[in-house]
Amino acid sequence: MFGAGGGTSSYEETRAADLIILWGSNAREAHPIFFHHVLKAVNNGAQLMVVDPRRTPSAQWADLWLGLDVGTDIPLANAVGREIIEAGFVDTEFVERATTGFDAYRESVEPWTLEEAERVTGVPADAIRELAHAYGQAQNVQLCWTLGITEHHNAVDNVFALINLALLTGKVGKWGSGLQPLRGQNNVQGGGDMGAIPNKLPGFQEILDDGIRAKFDTAWGSSMPAQHGLHLTGMFEAMEQGELKAVYVVGENPAQGEADQQRAERLLRGLDHLVVQDLFRTATAELADVVLPAAATLGEVEGTVTSSERRVQRVRKAYDPPGEARDDIEIVYELGRRLGHDLGSPRAEDVWNELRSLSPMHAGMSYARLDELGGIQWPCRDETDPGSLYIHDRLWADVVEERAPFQPVEHDPPVDTLDDDFPLRLTTGRRLESFNTGVQSGRFSSPLHVGGEAILLAPEDGERYGVADGSRVRIVSRRGSVEAPARYDATLRPGLAFMNLHFPDEVATNVLTIDATDPKSGTAEFKATAIRLEAV
Amino acid sequence: MDLKLLDAEPTAAEREAIDAVVGAEAANGNRVARRDRHRRQLLLPALRAAQRRVGWVTPGALGYTSRRLDVPPADAYGVATFYALLALEERPPEVLHVCTDLSCRLAGAQVPEGATPSPCLGLCERAPASLRTIAGAEPREEQIPPSSPPLPQSSDLKLLRRIADGLDPTSLEAYGAFRALERARELGPERVIELVKASPLLGRGGAAFPTGVKWEAVAGQPAKPHYLVCNADESEPGTFKDRVLMEQDPFALVEAIAIAAYATGCEQAFIYVRAEYPLAHARLQNAIDAADVGVEIEVRIGAGAYVCGEETALFQSIEGYRGEPRNKPPFPVEVGLYGKPTVVNNVETLLNVPEILLGGDDRDTRLFCVSGNVARPGLYELELGTLLSELLELAGAEPAKAVLLGGAAGSFLRPDQLDLPLSFEGARDAGATLGSGVVIVYGEQADLVDAILRIAEFFRDESCGQCVPCRIGTVRQEEALHRLASGKPQGDEIAVLTDLTQVMRDASICGLGQTAANAVDSAIHNLGVLAQ
Repeated sequence: MFGAGGGTSSYEETRAADLIILWGSNAREAHPIFFHHVLKAVNNGAQLMVVDPRRTPSAQWADLWLGLDVGTDIPLANAVGREIIEAGFVDTEFVERATTGFDAYRESVEPWTLEEAERVTGVPADAIRELAHAYGQAQNVQLCWTLGITEHHNAVDNVFALINLALLTGKVGKWGSGLQPLRGQNNVQGGGDMGAIPNKLPGFQEILDDGIRAKFDTAWGSSMPAQHGLHLTGMFEAMEQGELKAVYVVGENPAQGEADQQRAERLLRGLDHLVVQDLFRTATAELADVVLPAAATLGEVEGTVTSSERRVQRVRKAYDPPGEARDDIEIVYELGRRLGHDLGSPRAEDVWNELRSLSPMHAGMSYARLDELGGIQWPCRDETDPGSLYIHDRLWADVVEERAPFQPVEHDPPVDTLDDDFPLRLTTGRRLESFNTGVQSGRFSSPLHVGGEAILLAPEDGERYGVADGSRVRIVSRRGSVEAPARYDATLRPGLAFMNLHFPDEVATNVLTIDATDPKSGTAEFKATAIRLEAV
Repeated sequence: MDLKLLDAEPTAAEREAIDAVVGAEAANGNRVARRDRHRRQLLLPALRAAQRRVGWVTPGALGYTSRRLDVPPADAYGVATFYALLALEERPPEVLHVCTDLSCRLAGAQVPEGATPSPCLGLCERAPASLRTIAGAEPREEQIPPSSPPLPQSSDLKLLRRIADGLDPTSLEAYGAFRALERARELGPERVIELVKASPLLGRGGAAFPTGVKWEAVAGQPAKPHYLVCNADESEPGTFKDRVLMEQDPFALVEAIAIAAYATGCEQAFIYVRAEYPLAHARLQNAIDAADVGVEIEVRIGAGAYVCGEETALFQSIEGYRGEPRNKPPFPVEVGLYGKPTVVNNVETLLNVPEILLGGDDRDTRLFCVSGNVARPGLYELELGTLLSELLELAGAEPAKAVLLGGAAGSFLRPDQLDLPLSFEGARDAGATLGSGVVIVYGEQADLVDAILRIAEFFRDESCGQCVPCRIGTVRQEEALHRLASGKPQGDEIAVLTDLTQVMRDASICGLGQTAANAVDSAIHNLGVLAQ
């Protein structure tokens, strides 16, 4: 956000917060490391508020849980914004000095009275008011979100709706308050930082900028085209149109992880050439022409990872990888050599130092300093820079060079609408002990895998549709159907069902989901599927 | 949240009993849920309710309570097992608890087949005594013998005046207007505190801290809210004064609490009463319900734990934790109940306040619980400084070979020490303490070895086990005394006991451990019991 792809704040500030809002995040299960910082804050007296359709374990820790309808985040956020304006909690000086577009924003939220928001979101007006007043009045607030915000066809608008609230109240860019999109893996942040995104070079440098491209081309002896690449869903579209014929998949399992799974598998099968590089022989690897066995990041290789709070940390090799598995860097460099390019030394520290010479925000992070300081938060511009606990303090400078714009956003309900044929809203998510498609977490037996995959139903819905607790049921969406055991779960309200995606070999949940995708982020609407239940 | 619950389900009756405390479960389908962080404060009341319904805390009741209050079952189990009166194993709905403590031993207490021995039940003036607990749809507890004997003293009374006059303790009309509370409101909080400070009132719970100073400290704390806790967990063996006051003069306590709360800025007050006082519970609740004194007063009932009379352990108990004392400082006036500034006063202390405001009888009197080998056991009120020998004469004491002053945490006096003045200074000069005003007389035939073995057993049993000096020290003390008593000492046991006394005094977290060797030490060194 505001031109940098990372959360603005740090765990240290999270622990010191007066108010933490988890919006579309079940951090208790999906981000347990972050959540232990949240719990420290709670034990220090911080308020915790959770916005989530489900009364998740995170919501059960909350002082206030708001159970909105799936896909109504923008009405709720806009109503919060309107109430903040109405109640006089706007940081007028900040808005005037550091932002643009306030008037348009105020107009855009004007229709979202508390009553109107209650009608659309299902959340009682007084709870929305309470959230707004808490956000407006607290000194140190961390507003955090994850896939409940971003796995929608209008993901970026959802994020804007939340950022607007921080701009309204000046709760960003200073110690104690900020915006945190939580990262679901130890190095999702690092992947983006290193340029594994279609529009940026390492260090979030714009590829369309001629000067930036020239810098990289000089260093690499390359001539990169001045265009954005494709994000994942874009790639699948390109496959469908026959434009993309060869794919190199590194550490991903799109055959099971993509929405509308049948389509994804068909397209992968239709490729001329598929290379998969992974720790495990995944479902995607089963489709591949070539499989390159990779070493594990933890314990088998040297390098760095970057956490949700932008902290770059070292990982170290403790033992040799098994069999023919090799370090990712070695594989890529060897591939380069065979394709006629010498990429230089495959030593992790040499690669890192090359990055430091090209990415200003990493420039000060030598391996020696990473060791000495226990990791460093970017940006860290030179070897005297201690790193940055929080970012965007420029918004509080005497003169704000580049103001942050309000982004008015409109409600746009989920694409997969409910009707008489598909009356139930299915949403998907994670659980504590499992990870994504289960490539790493589902391959061994564990007492934590209680019950495997199931569809969780409100007991009222189970009775209404004649599905007994524990019985098998067919779940049908507009794209396909799967069978799974049904389990009653009293944390779901009637009309809302829930599935995981951790056991795709048992139940291919993503056969059901819709690949309606946000064109700006490339993320599909995993969170909102219309289903019906049929007897088996 | 995140609870790994037991499979056991509560019965409908248990569910109903627990719901009556914690509220019925909200229907599913809500869009809003709130977490009350103080919710676990209902843990002890809920477990108590479940036990009173079926006779013991079943796994189903424990699990259901855990789920409803967001307390992990292991944690709830830890709390339940802390209290002697909560049973986690099946037992009949009716249980007879027979007091085998100091005064009742002197009166020849016997535990019949099927009954449970109990520490002091606070019924020492009618020893031997017991308590019957009866679980069911209409649970109740019976004190045995059932009726309270009349006060043995009829003249020169101040605090006990209304009781001696036979005022109906269940009638607000009989009590009349809250004149002292009205006076307090005329004076304003600051002036009330000034008057209490100017009075000689010192805390009657045992520590003798100036009450006015404590009030002033809480009133001046910027942190809000302030809480008031009336410590009525009277459990010192031989003590029953607060029970008599609560049973016979409950409106006066309600008025005194209202005054203290008004002066110190407390909106909420708790009276923490030990579970063994069913009549006091009923009378207090009746008085609270009948009177409107401008402060919310809640009666909290313990479950059999001597250590909960320690003020910070009492906070832990109210908050729903094991009653393990906290380190001091910080003191309760700064960090008390729920971490907020808290006034903690004993029942007798508070009951002195109305008279101070009304400016009537300005004598500084104290209550004494006299029991043991005396003709007229019971509650006496004497001006401070009266000689112990005068009190013994009033009570018709037998010629004594020893007198235990201050309870199990107090000291034994020799027959030649009985002319000491009953005042804080007088007791201190004799190396003793008035403590909670306990006076137990040991006649010529009394068995002092039996008495100190019981005292050692009592402290070993009541030690909460949190800190090492007390947990280990009370066990070692009892073992050494048993070896001495059976004539099989291993080395210099007296030296061992003297060392233990010092270690427990110096290093225990709370007053329980610090005083657990007092009486034993005085029996050995002052009386010469087991000394050879």
